[in-house]
Amino acid sequence: MGIIKIVLAEAERADAEVVEEIELDIGRLSTVEMDSFEFAWRQGVKNTILEGAKKNINRIGGMARCLDCAFDFPLEQVFDPCPLCGQHLISIIAGKELRVRSLVVRGE
Amino acid sequence: MCATCGCDTTTHEHFHAHGHVHDHHGSHEHGATTINVERDILYENSLLAERNRGYFSARQVLAINLVSSPGSGKTALLERTLTDMKGQLVCAVIEGDQQTANDADRIHATGTRVVQINTGKGCHLDAHMVLHAMEGMKPEINSVLFIENVGNLVCPAAFDLGEGERVVVMSVTEGDDKPLKYPDMFLTSTLCIINKTDLLPYVPFNLEKAKENARKVNHRLEIIELSCQSGEGLPVWYDWLNRKAGVAFSDQST
Repeated sequence: MGIIKIVLAEAERADAEVVEEIELDIGRLSTVEMDSFEFAWRQGVKNTILEGAKKNINRIGGMARCLDCAFDFPLEQVFDPCPLCGQHLISIIAGKELRVRSLVVRGE
Repeated sequence: MCATCGCDTTTHEHFHAHGHVHDHHGSHEHGATTINVERDILYENSLLAERNRGYFSARQVLAINLVSSPGSGKTALLERTLTDMKGQLVCAVIEGDQQTANDADRIHATGTRVVQINTGKGCHLDAHMVLHAMEGMKPEINSVLFIENVGNLVCPAAFDLGEGERVVVMSVTEGDDKPLKYPDMFLTSTLCIINKTDLLPYVPFNLEKAKENARKVNHRLEIIELSCQSGEGLPVWYDWLNRKAGVAFSDQST
């Protein structure tokens, strides 16, 4: 619903009647489960400006930086250790994204 | 309409600028236009959370978001804490549950100011609910505000309430792998309380394993083991509270 509110505000500002495309960043470490998202999306966009919009989703993979040895590595689970030194002293640098990136809209 | 944030409780237009900018997109009446939005999906909650955080900071309130699965002992911990800290710290409580005012009644019985939020079908508190609960409550300057979230280790992790500290409670009657099964909550918390330690002799809970798992998820996480029944470990929790309150009460950031 947060997405729909953002889109409605942007569309109003741009005097748009139809949203043709929407681009979303959803990180793999974010709190979104894609099956649930797809289900909620189908229901949520009904009778809104987003109904029929093409949805482009960028799944951003998790990345972490080891605070011990400064090594950057892909992170599947937040409790994965650094593959170089085995420490859990890590900082998540990507994968938590949950963002509306852009819209393609059309006016009347 | 709400005087504070302008909400009418169903539709929120708080942050929409209503100054229409009509001419930015050229004169292509029938052409498609790309808008770079770059906006976090939870931004509305984040903005309200920052508003709450500013309020807490200005009033030097230590706000603590208490999260856990149902039944880990959040309310019992509060009852014990509020009773033991009476006269030392001024406290208030916001209770979040789907239904009933049972927990608020329990807190009220300790002589503490309390507001109950019922989320209905909702599975978590959000910053907007807390903002409105505070309007009725107006926490005192130099006080501690406990916000007891809905018992749920999943969704509350995603919603910043504007708190200064997030305390996740787990109990020894749960699995010691809970931090790995519900990592987001442990990742976003600052303190983990392992509760009901008086039951350790009777359950197959590996305390060291649990602490190791929690630190795998979040190496910054502080951990306190305690029992609200025996009182074991409570002084460590009260030291932590006093230390954090001391910092909040001397907040010079505003």
